[in-house]
Amino acid sequence: MVGGVTGDTERTSTGPGTGVAAATAGVTFQSNTAEDGEDAVAPAVEIRNVSLWYGANQALGNVTLDIPRNRVTALIGPSGCGKSTLLRCINRMNELIDGVRIEGDVFIDGENIYGPEVDPPDVRRIVGMVFQRPNPFPKSIYDNVAFGARINGYKGDMDGLVEESLRRAALWDEVKDDLRKSGLALSGGQQQRLCIARAIAVNPEIVLMDEPCSALDPIATQRIEDLMQDLASDYTIVVVTHNMQQAARVSHRTAFMLAGDDLVGRLVEFDDTNQIFLNPNDERTEQYITGRFG
Amino acid sequence: MAAGNTTVTREGYVPRLSFRQTVGTGFLALCMAGTMVGIVFLVVLLTDVWRDGVGFLRWEFLQNFPSRFPERAGFQSALWGSLWLIGTTALLAFPIGVGAAIYLEEYAPKNFVTRAIQVNISNLAGVPSIVFGLLGLQIFVRGTIGIGPSVGGGFGRSIIAGGATMALLILPIVIVAAQESIKAVPPSLREASYGVGATRWQTVWHHVLPQAFPGILTGTILALSRAIGETAPLIMIGALTFVAFRPEDLLDPFTVMPIQIYNWVSRPQADFHDLAATGIIVLLVVLLSMNALAVFLRQWTGRRYGR
Repeated sequence: MVGGVTGDTERTSTGPGTGVAAATAGVTFQSNTAEDGEDAVAPAVEIRNVSLWYGANQALGNVTLDIPRNRVTALIGPSGCGKSTLLRCINRMNELIDGVRIEGDVFIDGENIYGPEVDPPDVRRIVGMVFQRPNPFPKSIYDNVAFGARINGYKGDMDGLVEESLRRAALWDEVKDDLRKSGLALSGGQQQRLCIARAIAVNPEIVLMDEPCSALDPIATQRIEDLMQDLASDYTIVVVTHNMQQAARVSHRTAFMLAGDDLVGRLVEFDDTNQIFLNPNDERTEQYITGRFG
Repeated sequence: MAAGNTTVTREGYVPRLSFRQTVGTGFLALCMAGTMVGIVFLVVLLTDVWRDGVGFLRWEFLQNFPSRFPERAGFQSALWGSLWLIGTTALLAFPIGVGAAIYLEEYAPKNFVTRAIQVNISNLAGVPSIVFGLLGLQIFVRGTIGIGPSVGGGFGRSIIAGGATMALLILPIVIVAAQESIKAVPPSLREASYGVGATRWQTVWHHVLPQAFPGILTGTILALSRAIGETAPLIMIGALTFVAFRPEDLLDPFTVMPIQIYNWVSRPQADFHDLAATGIIVLLVVLLSMNALAVFLRQWTGRRYGR
């Protein structure tokens, strides 16, 4: 739950697509049954009519998307189609940039993270993020993992949390002998797994990954891909990737985005990954995945 | 363009490589000459000062107070005055300057007002020091706005008045240096911190400042090195030329090394001129020690967790 939002927060915007009235925000959607069979539980993230402007330039146009719980969802599309921008709307990271304006709503567990009483740091604890280039803090491995927990007031067993997070990120065996070593002394692939450990140490529900393998070699890439699938049992994962094979390998659902001549990124098609890659509905999707442009 | 039709001419080139190399050698010679001018003058200055000043260079010089007799005259009040002044300046300028830099880089919206402030800070760095002396005289010594304990509402001709004036003088340099260091902190580090739910304050305090700290420190110490050689603003606010005691309190009157040196140089006796040279040696040693400290601190603070 995103803290600070009370159940009766007034909303003037579009309600969540699951049909539950806005007034019941704060109640979990476990009892809710959606129409399509695969996502029997309510989606983890509901993106509703999101548009975004950098200054005067619109970058996202009216994107609506349901991200299923405990699945890997891939966002694909050519450069400049707004997939990273859309990803950063899910943890309000775009607001760190001057001159960004966002319209629309994003619901996590039925609560609008763009609601007036929501503080962005609270959103970002629920929605962790892994970046394109590994960016560990210039601190020890231990402090890298513990930082998020500390600043969020974690009072439990810190050593245990660090170990557990590193184990989940499949890094523990490689670093357990020297947790005092600098995070920057690790290899690129290890650094990226450290960043994943850092993200899950604050116990998020959703983990966003922005082209997490683009700076890694194929072996390190495979380890991260395996990790994504493991983590999907406990976390909802959204991954932006340029690599279509990667999207096909790791994701359950795939969203294809494209910027038109006006340079505004829009959602073209969103479906099961198999459907997108084997039998896309939209001609542009087919052209993209068969490598005819992009 | 049809393939095969183009003819790449192998004629028409005049390489003249030996000529180009000669020009290159000439360029190198010019650049080296430029470096040598600086070095030669520094060596001349140092040897001249050393030859004149070495005669008086002994412990008594650092222990004695100024005197009418050259053989009894010493530097103690000036040395301690400078150290007190620089300490006060550092304590005032560092927190204020770093605070301003953090605000401008991390918090201030990038709009017209911020840009105007930015331009004015840069302009302030170019204002002649004597103007800061006038400002210090009015505000800190006489206390036009009534901030100090003296009769007029100022601090009088005291170390705190001098330190505050010097702090104002170097503040623009400290702010700009700190801003540059903060700017050099990679955005990815901030994103990583925000990404785990840190607030702006936590991001600045735990990540941006530690990363920028070596650069901020270097900039501040270099600015202080400038302040320790300043004379004009201190004469303006009335630092004394003859002080026969060591300052013990921020409200004590004081003198500083450059003023004492100036005072000795302006006397007719040749022995005092040599004393001035000795004073210059001490001033340079203090200056070089400060710069060495800057280098050491930068290495030491930067080495943790291998950057």
